[in-house]
Amino acid sequence: MTALGKLIRSTAFKLSAIYLLSFTLFAVFILGYVAWNARALLTAQISETIEAEVSGLAEQFRQGGIRRLVFIIERRSRQPGAFLYLLSGPNNEPLAGNAIGLKPELLTAPGWHETSYTISDEHERAPRSAMIRVFRLPGDFHLLVGRDVMEREQLRGVIRRGLTLSLGLVVLLGTLGGLFITRRVLKRVDSMSETAQSIMAGNLAGRLAVSGNGDELDRLAGNLNAMLDRIGELMTGLREVSDNIAHDLKTPLTRLRNGAEEALRTGRSDDDYRRALDSMIDESDGLIRTFNALLMIARAESGTASEAKQRFDAGAVVSGVAELYEPVAEEAGLSLKTEAAEGQFVIGSRELLSQALANLADNAIKYGASAEHGGEIVMSAALRGDRVEITVADGGPGIPPEDRQRVLDRFTRLDSSSGKPGSGLGLSLAAAIVHFHGGTLALEDNQPGLRVVLSLPAAPGEA
Amino acid sequence: MRILIVEDDREAAAYLVKALREAGHAPDHAADGLDGYALATENGYDVLIVDRMLPKLDGLSLIGGLREQKIETPVLILSALGQVDDRVKGLRAGGDDYLTKPYAFSELLARVEVLSRRKSPQAAETVYRVGDLVLDRLSHRVTRGGEEIDLQPREYRLLEYLMRHADQVVTRTMLLENVWDYHFDPQTNVIDVHVSRLRSKIDRNFEKTLLHTVRGAGYVIRDGAR
Repeated sequence: MTALGKLIRSTAFKLSAIYLLSFTLFAVFILGYVAWNARALLTAQISETIEAEVSGLAEQFRQGGIRRLVFIIERRSRQPGAFLYLLSGPNNEPLAGNAIGLKPELLTAPGWHETSYTISDEHERAPRSAMIRVFRLPGDFHLLVGRDVMEREQLRGVIRRGLTLSLGLVVLLGTLGGLFITRRVLKRVDSMSETAQSIMAGNLAGRLAVSGNGDELDRLAGNLNAMLDRIGELMTGLREVSDNIAHDLKTPLTRLRNGAEEALRTGRSDDDYRRALDSMIDESDGLIRTFNALLMIARAESGTASEAKQRFDAGAVVSGVAELYEPVAEEAGLSLKTEAAEGQFVIGSRELLSQALANLADNAIKYGASAEHGGEIVMSAALRGDRVEITVADGGPGIPPEDRQRVLDRFTRLDSSSGKPGSGLGLSLAAAIVHFHGGTLALEDNQPGLRVVLSLPAAPGEA
Repeated sequence: MRILIVEDDREAAAYLVKALREAGHAPDHAADGLDGYALATENGYDVLIVDRMLPKLDGLSLIGGLREQKIETPVLILSALGQVDDRVKGLRAGGDDYLTKPYAFSELLARVEVLSRRKSPQAAETVYRVGDLVLDRLSHRVTRGGEEIDLQPREYRLLEYLMRHADQVVTRTMLLENVWDYHFDPQTNVIDVHVSRLRSKIDRNFEKTLLHTVRGAGYVIRDGAR
């Protein structure tokens, strides 16, 4: 594609051309309308003055007969800027007037005419245009009164020249401007597609240039950059997930395999084999669980969870999960209390949020016991401004501030938790689910114990 | 009980056929959706086990086709897709239960047996009886040997579900799904604790135990030791 062809095919150029064309048509229409109206107005004025002159002369004729009329016409003909006059007798012989060069047959046709003439008493003999009125007088006299219309013709000339000149200018400037704008836009679009190509070619860190003037191309570039960032995040997330899967599923898989080998090698009785198989089933159940949790984390974090988002009562979810875990807490020697009013709506998935809270409750029960503080777990939900704040607080040893970020990562299990069952995915799954709901998860000091605070955007609308 | 398994994975299907036969059922196998559809329309099965992803005709379309033909055989959908939305889609297509792969056979068996008896008239009864344990669904009263037992609302629903499926094994997952309406894995023995609480209320002061634990499977409520 040649540079010019590209220019002409561009949207900006086409738009400028269309704009230019419509503007021109409109200008022509306006000017034409003005010219036509001005001409009509002038014509009306001229005919009015002619009409007045004719009736004045007719009056003179009535009062003083042909003689007086002739006298008046002769006198008026000589005044500067006079009307055109011609008076003819019954045989069409001119009696008086200054409009000598007119065709004589005009006089026999009463009414309005436009004609060209030459003035008798001037040096220059260029033909001029005039508007004339022929009037029949009693006695077969014909009176012609006319007015020069050069002014009107001059006005028309002025308008036509103005129109031509301005149209020329408009077309010229419009084309140049269109080309200029098109080139500017094309240059930026070209640079954007170049960047896009380089990103496609593997330069994933590349971003589109943003000029900073906030125009629509900038907005487009900004949005595309945000999209690229998001894709980058998703890819990083995906890579992390696959790394983690590779790392953390291999360990139990190895155990599983070792167990089978061990049983084959050392198994003596059916009982030995049965025990080995039982432990292998447990091991694979654990694997499935870990795998499911990983998948769910990845989905929730990337926002691609197919769970349709719905409006639901977070207070009821808190009470529901608390009710599910209350007997478990009691069995562990803890008490689980709920402070959650119903009717605190959020948008998201009831199932996922329940799962997040179940994980937190499970954690609180596992780690929330401590000898000195009887061990009370409090689950609450409360409206704070436009957020629904859900907390799960225990009275256990808590998590030291320096470890708080780390425990949210996948598979992190603090040393203090060794010996307790768990995949190390509970908190990160909860965090991913909260993220899916557009909220935040914070770990705070419950003095003593751990306070997990989930802050979710409250659903708008009626409670 | 006659069961049709529609599953394209030969090994998985062979395993199911064998295991179901050992459990005392009569399973047939179809390897693709069209065969499955033909078999299901010709023969009167008690339960269909349908994989969701099948060659020729996918599982959900198969079920939809059967339902259009007014064939109301209960269907258990098997699928690797385990999110709530997938489940909802499956049930909306006409499935009666949904089980995510990989599953434990005990789970599948319990669900199949519950499905096959789903249409029994007992479901419509207003009073459930197991031995001398009586649950009145209208007054929400539970008595054993004429003695009133005071239950929490959730305990009542747990018992109601167990008694509706009296003599059938129900798994922990089935209880979590049907009594609590949760479809995730709680990772702890929450259900066991609830069941043992319920058991302490209905069984503790009585000579005969009604609520039994089935090792490796779940729970069953029944009269008489078996």
